[in-house]
Formats: sequence, structure tokens, C-alpha cells
Amino acid sequence: MAVAARKTKAPAQAKTATKGAAKASSAKTPAEKGAANALSNMPAFTREEDLHAYYEMLLIRRFEEKAGQMYGMGLIGGFCHLYIGQEAVVIGMQMASKDGDQVITGYRDHGHMLATGMESRGVMAELTGRRGGYSKGKGGSMHMFSREKNFYGGHGIVGAQVSLGAGLGFANWYREDGRVSMTYFGDGAANQGQVYESFNMAQLWKLPVVFVIENNRYAMGTSVNRASAQTDFSKRGLSFSIPGEQVDGMDVRAVRAAGERAIAHARSGKGPYILEMQTYRYRGHSMSDPAKYRSKDEVQRMREEHDPIEQVRGRLTRDFKIAEDELKAIDAKIREIVNDAAEFATHDPEPDVSELFTDITLEHARA
Amino acid sequence: MPIDILMPALSPTMEEGKLAKWLKAEGDAIKAGDILAEIETDKATMEVEAVDEGILAKILVADGTENVAVNTPIGVIAADGEDVKAAASGGAKPAAVAEKPAEPEAKAEKASTEAPAATAAPSVPAQAKSYDASSEFPAGAEVVTMTVREALRDAMAEEMRRDGDVFVMGEEVAEYQGAYKVTQGLLQEFGPKRVIDTPITEHGFAGIGVGAALTGLRPIVEFMTFNFAMQAIDQIINSAAKTLYMSGGQMGCPIVFRGPNGAAARVAAQHSHDYAAWYSNVPGLKVVMPYSASDAKGLLKSAIRDPNPIIFLENEILYGRTFEVPKGDDFLIPIGKAKVVRPGTDVTIVSFGIGMTYALGAAEALAKEGIEAEVIDLRTIRPMDIETVIASVQKTNRCVAVEEGFPQSGVTAEIGMRIMEAAFDYLDAPVARVTGKDVPMPYAHNLEKLALPNVGEVIAAAKAVCYRA
Repeated sequence: MAVAARKTKAPAQAKTATKGAAKASSAKTPAEKGAANALSNMPAFTREEDLHAYYEMLLIRRFEEKAGQMYGMGLIGGFCHLYIGQEAVVIGMQMASKDGDQVITGYRDHGHMLATGMESRGVMAELTGRRGGYSKGKGGSMHMFSREKNFYGGHGIVGAQVSLGAGLGFANWYREDGRVSMTYFGDGAANQGQVYESFNMAQLWKLPVVFVIENNRYAMGTSVNRASAQTDFSKRGLSFSIPGEQVDGMDVRAVRAAGERAIAHARSGKGPYILEMQTYRYRGHSMSDPAKYRSKDEVQRMREEHDPIEQVRGRLTRDFKIAEDELKAIDAKIREIVNDAAEFATHDPEPDVSELFTDITLEHARA
Repeated sequence: MPIDILMPALSPTMEEGKLAKWLKAEGDAIKAGDILAEIETDKATMEVEAVDEGILAKILVADGTENVAVNTPIGVIAADGEDVKAAASGGAKPAAVAEKPAEPEAKAEKASTEAPAATAAPSVPAQAKSYDASSEFPAGAEVVTMTVREALRDAMAEEMRRDGDVFVMGEEVAEYQGAYKVTQGLLQEFGPKRVIDTPITEHGFAGIGVGAALTGLRPIVEFMTFNFAMQAIDQIINSAAKTLYMSGGQMGCPIVFRGPNGAAARVAAQHSHDYAAWYSNVPGLKVVMPYSASDAKGLLKSAIRDPNPIIFLENEILYGRTFEVPKGDDFLIPIGKAKVVRPGTDVTIVSFGIGMTYALGAAEALAKEGIEAEVIDLRTIRPMDIETVIASVQKTNRCVAVEEGFPQSGVTAEIGMRIMEAAFDYLDAPVARVTGKDVPMPYAHNLEKLALPNVGEVIAAAKAVCYRA
């Protein structure tokens, strides 16, 4: 747990796994390697970039808090996996990506949807199973999509999105359209067999895919150490010669910098790239998880010392001299958006019963 | 004693082949391991290796001879010290079969190359006589005879010419020209970007195919056989079939999963499973299982154009069967339409895929005994055209359903239930079914034969529902 506390500091020294392979046994975490010169190499954000990151991450945080609250009120059913704590990962990656790049992830997906620009109302209404939800109430928390925003789900089967994400990359390769598939999965999914089948083909065919492993250190209740023979996930592509990096996933600047390297690699035709984002989820695996597999102290320390949003907030006030009032105004605006989404999702009607039998198959063959 | 060299079987389902070329001449000395000749089947070219030593005394079947049946003597070897002339003229006693060669680099498990066809020929009639599909052919279309294999290949090639978003991927589909030669020539015409050899990684490439389809590309994913699609079934069911619904209609998945399904010949339980019932259980999928070459072509073309995930179940034994097919790039058979292939009045026999061989064989035999069976080919299992079956049952009042799959929760079980729901009052007898037996497919020839349906069982079932002895 002590490692976790240090891990978040300094990813600037992150090495590619291929280069670092020889020293694998003595490899330190990026945090450890960079502890001494923590911020010296960190690519700085401009004021506007920090403001953008702050806004986007806070939107996810407040949205998820609201979703948790609504779950407790019985408005959201089924499974509901919150992204709180991991916000810097998807926001940093989105800051590194271009319009047209695709995003696909597993079931902890609300943050990715908001990050791709999907509407809070539509996401929240899907959580409550209402007709205004992105899937008309038929998908729920784990299954939402937006073709318009190039968000390809939202997948409930752990690891399935990795092959699908490689397939998005395949489509980009086939069409030669310069897009990159950003394929997110967790430390748990990283042990699924199809992940390595996909790594193999992605590298074999040089598909433009960035595999983003969100290592939040627990696959449901099983810690990484109890489930993984190789806990350095950036090395998981080594036998396919896929370069990888460990990244401080709590620092949005580190995420964006690594994302830019990875995306440039993929977009240039060199094939896939692996980013292990070292992150942390504050909440349980799902709403029904009492999280007895870790100490309250561990969670508390992460929140206090490494919170991705507080890091940005600190820079905004300290470095960019942004007034508390201005930040409060941002907070208020976000609360308004989230409350509006909750209001909408509470009062939007359930799907018409006729929807039971729609969207099973499509009618029209290609002319 | 002179030794006959016999025409070897090169695959489980081979019944005859072409003796393409002799590599040894009469009078040549032969050592074990020498390559004697090249044999061509519609699938592949293979080398015949000597297992005996001596002198090639006589060539009995000349270069270029077509349709040489398996186990036909093709040459004679005089053993050391024997009189070559005598051996050449004498009727050699078949003593040794030229060993079937291993298929070059074939993955023995996957390509199911072992087992001599002579003993493996399935217990189905070679070809139902007078199978006539012409009522669905475009008026005035030129008709050609082709195998199911060629029809499938033509369907893919035509659709690939028509639509640049269509591509085919799978194991051995490109350079090897298809494990069962269904993709023969596609690499040469369309290049490696659209005809893609995959590693042996069904789960992964099925997922890649589905991901590509979600963006609007139109993959044809070939499984070397559907047995191996078990590795990929999560992507087929959870990703391909359900995403349209779960996305509220946003994310269509236009993909075709195709390949041989069900029993071939002597390949045992892991290579003989018929999955028609499995896939037909899943909303979001369409399941197609053609019998004739024209249906194979017309349905595969429709499948490639369809905006939904399609399970296209072929059959290795049917690949080599020939049928009449109309020429022309726009010959389509609609998915979801059954077909009355033989009109009759006394009993309805309904089947699909290779089950049609039993149904048609039984109908011919029954006709000789004065029972006129109406035979229906379902062609599509899901959505099932039960209306055509019901209309027939309302006329005949009796029905036998036939499939090679297992009985419990089978397609025939579904047919029986649907008839009961919609036409109970029309039935003069309970619906009967003939299915594969409720056992994993055995390897032994006699047991395999028992495990599969046969024409006799269909005849018996038809007589039973007609209350005829």
C-alpha cells in the first residue's frame, strides 16, 4: 500500500517496456523512479488546459456521486460501477486524442461517455432505465453507445471490449482513415485470453490501437498481486514487441503526455501501444460492494494525497492564481448540469412497452 | 505377389478424385517414401507416397483421368525378384493401399484430414435425384452446374466486387486457399487486405470482426468449422447479437460467420457438432443452413448484404455436391423463406441442410409405396418460416421433422411445438422427429452410422404418422 502512496507522484520517467525489459527484475514504479525529480520533467499544462481538465474531471466526479446517490434511492437498478478516483485517465487521454478517434471500454463506463461528449441527461436517463437514455432504457449502466461521439460501449463481458477495440483499429487500418482506437480495460480484464489474441493480431497487422489498462489495483475484490504473475501491465505486450509504459494515472498531465506518445505511435502506422494507467477507484467495485478487501486508511490516503482533481485544483489556485470564487462558479455550473440530468432521469418516462420488441434486428439490406 | 496401388482417400469425405500426374514411369524402381503420383480433388492436390518397394510394373489409370473412385487400383508394383511382365499382366491382388499422404502442413486436428473415405462415406443417398430449384431462378437465366463449394465462393467474390466494405477473414482463407477450398482464388482477385489469414485465435478474430462490423464494415468471418467457434461464442452472442438492442438501435452489426457445421465423416465428437439449435435460440441472430448450391449462393449473398449478424452453417459433405445454379450477380434467395421442394399430399417432411438428403431420399422411397410426401427445406432456421410448414401440415395433417442435431431442445423440437401451437386441430397424428442420437459423436464407422439419422428412420417415421405398416 505504501507503493500506492508513492506511485502517484512522478510518471515523468516512464520507460517503454521494451527498452526497460532487461531491467525488469529491478524495475521501479514510475513513481519510485521519479520521486526525486517529481515535477521536473512533467509537461506543464497551460491555464486553459488545467481549467479544461478540472471541469471535465469534476463533471465526472459529481455525476458519479449523483449516480451513487440515485442508486441508493432505488432510481438506478442492477449493477452500477462508479469511476470516482480514475477521472484523470480518460480525461488525459481525450486531451491527447483527435476527433474521430474511437473509445471503447468495459462496464465502468460513465466517465468515458461524459469524456467523449455524450450528454449527461442521456447517460443518467439510461441509468434510470428511461426512454431518453442513450439506449432507450434497454442497455443500462454497462451498455451505452454513441455513434456520433465514436463511443463504442460500454461492454459487460470482462475483456470482450479488447478484441472489439482491436476491431475498431482494424476498421481504421482497412479504411486508412487515420483514426486511432482507444481501447480501455482493467487490471482484471488484462488476464483474459482474448486480450493476448488481440495483442498478437494488432501488432501482426500494425493496427492503430492504444490499449489503455486502467490498473485500479483491484479486480472486484482481488488485488493485482493475488491475480497477476506479472503485475507490471506495461510489459504485458512484450512477447509481441508492443511497447508499453507505466503512467501515473492520477496525474492528468502525465496521462496526456503518455497518451500523445502512444497515439502518435499508433497513428503513424507503427501498430499498437500499451499504457498502464496506475489509478485507484475510491468506491467499491459496484454499488453493492462493501470493499472489505482493502483498508479505509488506504482509500483515505489516496483521496487525500493523490486525488486527480485536487491536484489540478491546487495548480489552478497556486500557480495560476485562480480565485476560489471562480472555481466555485465552475463547481456550481457542474452541479447544475448534474442536477438537471438527475431531474430529467427521474421524471423521463420509462420506455414505451412497444420498445420490448424493437431493435432486435435491422430491416434493410444494403442496396 | 504383385501389389496393387490403390486410389487413396485424402480426406474424410473424399469419394473420388483425379489422377493428375504420374511421377514414376513403368519400369521405375520404387522405394518406400517415393512420391508416385499427384491426385487432385475439388479441395486440393495431394501426393501419393509409396509404402511398398519394387518396380512399377504397370500404370492402370493414366495421367489426367477424372473421377477415379477411392480404392480403385491405379498401378501395380512388382516386388523384388518378381517377374515384372507377369506382374503387369496378372491380376494383382489388392494387398496394400498407397498410404494416404499427410495433408501438407495441415493442422491435423483442425482440418480433419484423417480417415479413409472409402469406409467413411456417409450413409446418405449420393444425390437426391431430380432436385429442381429452377422455380426460383430468374426467368431466362443461363443455368450452370456447380458444387456447393463453388457456389459459396462465387457468392463471396460477387459481393466483394460489389462492395468494398466486404472482406473475408479466418484461418487459412487466403494463401492456403481455404481449409476446404471455399475461398479458392479470392486472395488472387482481392489481395491480402480483403482476404485475411488469421492466426489460430477464434475468440480474438471473431471479436475483431465484430468490432469492425460495428463501424459499418461487412466482415465475412470463416470458422474452419463451427466446432471451433465455441472459442468465439461469447463474441457472437454477447457482442454481435445483443449490441443492437442494448444500444437502442444505434449499433448494427453486419457480419457473417460462416463455415462447415455438423458431422463430416469419422471425425468424432469434437469435430461433428451441429450448432443449428444453439444459435437459433438467440434473438438478434439470423441462422441460415442451406442444402443446395443455388440456395447456398443466393442465401450467402443475402447474408452478406443483410445488416444483421448471420450464422451461416455449411456442411463439409455437401461442399462437393453439384446442383444447378443460375448465372448472374443478382441471384438472391431471401433469408427467412422456406421452400417446398417436393409437393405431396400425405405427409409433410421438413428438414434443412444435410437433413434434406434424408428427407428427399425417404420421399422417393415412400412414393414407391404410394405415400406422397411433401418435402420442405427450411433453409433459414431463424427467423423460421413456420407459416410454410403450417400451410403444408394443414393439407397433409401429418408431419415428420428431420435434423442431424441432438434431440433435446433441437430445431425439430421447436418445429413440433410451433405446429402444435398453430395447427393442433389439423393433426391426424403427433408430429414425429428424426434426429441425431443423444450421444457425443462416436468415431467407429458402425457407431457413427448409428448416431446419425438415416433414410430408413425417416421412412419409418413417415409411415408411423400415416399409420401405415
